Amino acid sequence: MGVIPLSPLDLALAAALVLALAAVAWAGRLGVARGLLVAAARTAVQLLLVGLVLKVVFAQAGLGWVAALAALMLLLAGREVMARQGRRFRGPWGYALGTLSMFLSAFTVTVFALTVIIGSVPWYEPRYAIPLLGMLLGNTMNGVALGLDRVTAGAMAARAAIEARLALGARAAEAVAPLRREAVRAGLIPIVNAMSAAGIVSLPGMMTGQILAGTPPMEAVRYQVLIMFLIAAGTGFGTLAAVWLASRRLFDGRERLRLERLR
Amino acid sequence: MPEAKLEARGLSVRHVGPIGLRVPDGRCVGLTGPSGAGKTLLLRALADLEPHTGEVLLDGRRACAFRPHEWRRRVMWVPAEAGWWAETVGEHLEGADDALLARLGFGPEVRGWQVRRLSTGERQRLALARALARRPEVLLLDEPTAGLDAAARAAVESLLAGWLAPGRAILWVSHDLDQLGRVAAAAWALEGGRLAPLTGAVAWA
Repeated sequence: MGVIPLSPLDLALAAALVLALAAVAWAGRLGVARGLLVAAARTAVQLLLVGLVLKVVFAQAGLGWVAALAALMLLLAGREVMARQGRRFRGPWGYALGTLSMFLSAFTVTVFALTVIIGSVPWYEPRYAIPLLGMLLGNTMNGVALGLDRVTAGAMAARAAIEARLALGARAAEAVAPLRREAVRAGLIPIVNAMSAAGIVSLPGMMTGQILAGTPPMEAVRYQVLIMFLIAAGTGFGTLAAVWLASRRLFDGRERLRLERLR
Repeated sequence: MPEAKLEARGLSVRHVGPIGLRVPDGRCVGLTGPSGAGKTLLLRALADLEPHTGEVLLDGRRACAFRPHEWRRRVMWVPAEAGWWAETVGEHLEGADDALLARLGFGPEVRGWQVRRLSTGERQRLALARALARRPEVLLLDEPTAGLDAAARAAVESLLAGWLAPGRAILWVSHDLDQLGRVAAAAWALEGGRLAPLTGAVAWA
């Protein structure tokens, strides 16, 4: 059983729905029509381009191609994390913190899943490696961005409280512990919620996709559970790494709070 | 003149300094100066909370010979507007006994109070209590009575006069020259980034 192919006309019909929504928004002067159309156009163009790239990479199937695409995905995710920070670290740290954390967690979890769990041959088989890494990076990115934002914004807000503890003789790690806890929680809440609601409120996208493509439901469910667990681990370890690195970078060697390192 | 308990040599922090300063053992030294002169910055640098150049010594030992938190536990900055990290007062008062609280006008029930409901004056006295409870050797006091009425101010002054003893010292920042005359053995003015001996109609104890 294969998937029913979609013709350009089918996509045009779906696009008509978005156009209708934009028309209503425009008529009602809701101020979102333009943004909606631009976003819809971006979706179509970006996904088409990715489709072309994946076609080439799947055809080549070399480790070099997979690695190059993975590196590009990581760098773009790093940029996205940086752009989402209300206050980020000055200089290279602003980019490196999030990117390094995502690299450490998402790549490790992906390689572990490919080699030990799935056992695809070769292990970097792009049909498995790229979608898996994509899902892990996308979710890890959210956790890392939320966690980092909470650390930096929280440090600005809690400056007096943190310095009060330092002044009374607390170590930096002790003074920043509540902030760390809160930031890790913030980063992990989305995946915890997603796991709690999976199957009850929402049918996860990958499982839905596999079912549409003809995979037996129980097979699709097993893959979805695997993905959820991988995402939880990737997001969790990525957020922990980012929060830990960021909260260390807030202090110098003499354990002084150095908020001027943020912009 | 007793040995210096706390001493700064060539201390520079941003627009302040270089400054040399001795706080003799068992004494209180006053510090005044216009707003924005850098008095708070100087206290923060002495507590090693602000990057600086030059040396600060406690009993002749340089700050870098101490681990940062151990230095700050000994040379303790009490800011004019203290920060609070927990909801109830008691969570901040580790090591404070009831006698200390009583001298500052609080009963033991203060431990259960909500920090956000405290008045400015209550915050100021409790910030002093939590600092004293941690047994510092040098207190760096930033306007410790600015928000207090006359009775509470007198209580704080007498508490600190009684606290001073060999092995301890105070650097007391205040705009109130009469107060510095009561509490300090000597006083300095910080102006234009430099220290000058305070002269005028203040009679030194």
